[in-house]
Amino acid sequence: MYTFIARRLLSTIPVLLIVAVLVFLMLRLTPGDPAAILAGDAASAEQIAAIRASLGLDRSILVQFGIWASNLLQGDFGSSYFYKTQVTQLIAQRIEPTLSLAALTLLIAVLVSIPLGVVAAWRFGGWFDRALMGFSVLGFSVPVFVLAYLLIWIVSLKLGWFPVQGYKRLAEGFWPFLHHLILPAITLSVIYIALIARVTRASVLDALGEDYIRTARAKGLPEARVLVRHALANAAVPIATVIGIGVALLIGGVVVTESVYAIPGLGRLTVDAVLARDFPTVQAVILLFSFAYVLVNLLVDLSYVVFDPRIRY
Amino acid sequence: MNRKIVAAVLLAATATAAFTAAAQEKVLRVVPHSNLSILDPIWTTQFMARNHGYMIYDTLFGTDEKSRVQPQMVDKWTVSPDQRLWTFTLRDGLEFHDGKPVTGEDVAASIARWGKRDAMGQKLMTFVERMDSPAPNTFRIFLREACGIMLEALGKPSSNVPFIMPKRVADTPADKQIEEHIGSGPYIFKREDFKPGDKAVYVKNAKYQPRKEAASGTAGGKRVYVDRVEWNLALRDGQAQVNALAKGEIDVLERPAFESYEQLRKADGVVLVNKDPLGFQYMGRFNHLHPPFNNAKIRQAAIAAMQQEPFLRAQVGIKEFYKPCASMFTCGTPYGSAKGSEIQSKSTMRKAQELLKASGYDGTPVVILKPTDLAAIQKLPDVAAQLLRQAGFKVDLQAMDWNTVVSRRAKKEAPAQGGWNIFLTAWLAPDVWNPLTNAAIGAAGEKSWFGWPTDEQIEKLRDQFARETDEAKKKALAEAIQVRAFEVGTHAPLGEYVNPLATRKNVTGWVIGSGDVYWNVKKN
Amino acid sequence: MDQTLSVESANIARRESAWQRLRRNWSVRLGGAAIALLLLVALAAPLLGTVDPTLFDAASRDLRPGQAGEIMTLDGELLKHEFVMGSDSFGRDIYSRVIYGTRVSLLVGIATALIALAFGIVLGLSSGYLRWLDGPLMRVMDGLMAIPAILLAIVLVAMWRASVLTVVLAIAITEIPRVTRLVRSLVLSIREEPYVEAAISLGTPTWKIMFGHILPNCVAPLLVQGTYICASAILVEAILSFLGVGLPPDIPTWGNIMAEGRVQFMAYPHNLFFPGVFLAVTVLAVNILGDGLRDTLDPKMAKRV
Repeated sequence: MYTFIARRLLSTIPVLLIVAVLVFLMLRLTPGDPAAILAGDAASAEQIAAIRASLGLDRSILVQFGIWASNLLQGDFGSSYFYKTQVTQLIAQRIEPTLSLAALTLLIAVLVSIPLGVVAAWRFGGWFDRALMGFSVLGFSVPVFVLAYLLIWIVSLKLGWFPVQGYKRLAEGFWPFLHHLILPAITLSVIYIALIARVTRASVLDALGEDYIRTARAKGLPEARVLVRHALANAAVPIATVIGIGVALLIGGVVVTESVYAIPGLGRLTVDAVLARDFPTVQAVILLFSFAYVLVNLLVDLSYVVFDPRIRY
Repeated sequence: MNRKIVAAVLLAATATAAFTAAAQEKVLRVVPHSNLSILDPIWTTQFMARNHGYMIYDTLFGTDEKSRVQPQMVDKWTVSPDQRLWTFTLRDGLEFHDGKPVTGEDVAASIARWGKRDAMGQKLMTFVERMDSPAPNTFRIFLREACGIMLEALGKPSSNVPFIMPKRVADTPADKQIEEHIGSGPYIFKREDFKPGDKAVYVKNAKYQPRKEAASGTAGGKRVYVDRVEWNLALRDGQAQVNALAKGEIDVLERPAFESYEQLRKADGVVLVNKDPLGFQYMGRFNHLHPPFNNAKIRQAAIAAMQQEPFLRAQVGIKEFYKPCASMFTCGTPYGSAKGSEIQSKSTMRKAQELLKASGYDGTPVVILKPTDLAAIQKLPDVAAQLLRQAGFKVDLQAMDWNTVVSRRAKKEAPAQGGWNIFLTAWLAPDVWNPLTNAAIGAAGEKSWFGWPTDEQIEKLRDQFARETDEAKKKALAEAIQVRAFEVGTHAPLGEYVNPLATRKNVTGWVIGSGDVYWNVKKN
Repeated sequence: MDQTLSVESANIARRESAWQRLRRNWSVRLGGAAIALLLLVALAAPLLGTVDPTLFDAASRDLRPGQAGEIMTLDGELLKHEFVMGSDSFGRDIYSRVIYGTRVSLLVGIATALIALAFGIVLGLSSGYLRWLDGPLMRVMDGLMAIPAILLAIVLVAMWRASVLTVVLAIAITEIPRVTRLVRSLVLSIREEPYVEAAISLGTPTWKIMFGHILPNCVAPLLVQGTYICASAILVEAILSFLGVGLPPDIPTWGNIMAEGRVQFMAYPHNLFFPGVFLAVTVLAVNILGDGLRDTLDPKMAKRV
């Protein structure tokens, strides 16, 4: 088991290396000169050239990559071209909002979708099942920002239950933190509820067709116990898989949600950095996201062991 | 038992008092027009850096709402009879945020650094022989010859503003950004609380000694009535900004998108304040290096086609907020005359079409750079494309984000190799109101602003303008420069507009003048 | 059950019943009909009472749905026009933009799916067949998949000038790894099948095996995957436009119309409502079609997502 983990972690290194090279190349090949942006509107060509040199952008790509990679190995992610702060500091400031949003979204999604999926499978073919299937397709057909505006209009402006925007750090109090985060999390969770509910329904349906369910019912176990301890438990593997996939897709949704709700997180940081051609920041954040994705995959695979004793590593 | 009750009551009372005291701290929550990334207002001309500068630095002179230069840090000044020695005496009680007094040496270093970056400052420095500080509160400038722009330069309200920094900071080479952000201005920058892309925090400088006069423009007494100012850098979505202001989650929206005004007018508790009546100017710039705009006649045809009204109506839309102005300099300011502007102001589309035909235009497509992410100027390129097409030009409208526009316009290559033919932008009135600050009028070829027009006559006249000290002669020179600039077709001025800020009703005290300043503001 | 030894007859029998099953499935019919209608609208755009979607007139700004106004054409004549879906802040007709936007959105969706499938098939086949290529190629695919798709798309679109081609390529690149993996796993599993082993031992050339045995079995899951890619591409394009990094605004896409109208959402919701409805309905139709295809063609896949 531990060798499995060690092997998996080791195999992430070539993947991350490839990510690093890909991202580095893509950025250097973009039109758009960070030096010109930094210099401002009324700058002259010489000023821009001087800034380029000071950023090290006038050297060859190989040299630039070499410098960046060697710094990386020493833990130095470089400093942002724009904010004159260490990239690690920038990321540290922005990671709390993104992580909180992602965590709350997943929590809501899992808590809502799994019961929905179980009930739909239990009452297969009934109105609840059809309603859920209908809703779920709708759920991942509407873009996140349209949903966000709708929700803001109804819940925040008309009803006044939640603020329209903003993020309060946990340090400023748990209730303000939660209050500002609920609406964004609900907005983002819709698509995951749709996704996870479907898979839950499908896997539980599968499990319900198995012999051991008939046995359990014949033994006279209460239906709830049959559903949860037997059907759901056996359906856990595909559900865990889709949650893992969902986390990977979460980043995309987070970018838009942060944009609409003015949450100063990593998603917005990356978009702004790409637009500003802030190479060090983009490189670092994408590496971070990729590492997180790989880590989540590993955790999902490990969770299989918990859910399915037959699986051994 | 009694003692416990008394203690409890006392504790509750103190707690409430502390709570109310903290709760009574006045915080002004502002959403500025853009993100703050660079904190050095000399290194870059970005407006956000300038606004940051206004919070924490002070200037020798300021410009009031009537465009007159007024002393700010300077108490009195004298000019020698031959106009070659200027001596300034600083006010009493000027102190940096670290407690050290402001001296003439700090001023000399700051002006020198500014003079290396700013266009008008560079012009000024060509006249300067040396600067020194014979006494801590005195600062002198020795000139090679008389110069007519000393006060205008030192008091200029917009980028780059000659902010006064401590000598050790101002000694940073002009091509490197400063690391320390200590000034002598009305607010103190809380570096620890600065989160890029999230928020910037400024607290009241209790030791600041404002001038006695009323605040006006960037001159007068800079009194501070709030305890903190927080710039919300995360809220960039236009609709979310409006919603947040309507709900009272923020206090000030610095520059609302024009489409927001209708909703803002209807919102409860929100009021629009036109604190900058001189406003801004739109401008369309030609690339003089490559066809078709390397031909003056074709430039004139384009200027004739690019009438100001369509641009203003499309981009601003609200009639009270815009007006055409047949001058390259700001209408209503000393040099804002309409002389020579007939090619644009008295033209029709028919005339433009005729001019184009007569110019020998061969159908070379015109590459217009269109930024997709700057709501303030987003519609201008589309209007330009439509008007030019109606005139008979072939137009290639290329869309990209603003940062790419900024990089591309710096390229001197042909449009097909990554260059450009036209880009459009907006300027603050003080940036364009005289022939020296107006970057688009400079015609020194490749040394000038993007577009690189070449015309000896304009450059000679500008030089004379810099030397001239008589106001009436300066006006005549400015007119001559404008006439020539329209003949040459350096650029097309596209009208003036204001962008009133939107605030909660309980925020008052806005200072009339250019730029975004936050002293004198009260939150009731 | 009839057991035939010939591969060809087995294939033919499968294909006929699959097609009939497809036609009976209501998801396929509903989704397919909706998409066919949208395709018709896209092709017939100029005939549906539209004007040039890029024409604008500041005098006709922000009209409510149903109001009448004017538009100045390039030749200088003033057209009287009824703005069925209202006008945007430029003065452009939203109805025309939405109808023409159908073209672009469908084009982006279908082109992305086709390109992703094409590259994915080639890469997946190569990877499954050529052992020496498998290792490095899958590492690169893993690397690509690890980068969040939206961010990858943003960087790619920023790299090239934003146009239909670059947006399609950018989104396709984010989808190729998944298709490659799918094809590769299919190749690996089909290779173990007895009839394939038999064919190999008979000396059948590789290309015949690939096109005669492996690819036909890939069609069903790839078709299903293709519809999901199409739906995803249409949504991703909308998101890219919303973030300001998508197609230039003079190419009308639903995402663009919504992105430009978002500042005025409260005052003029028609800017978001109409393109939003079209977008949701289209993506819904494609998803329903995909579900139907999946249920009919590959019930095994119905259990995975």
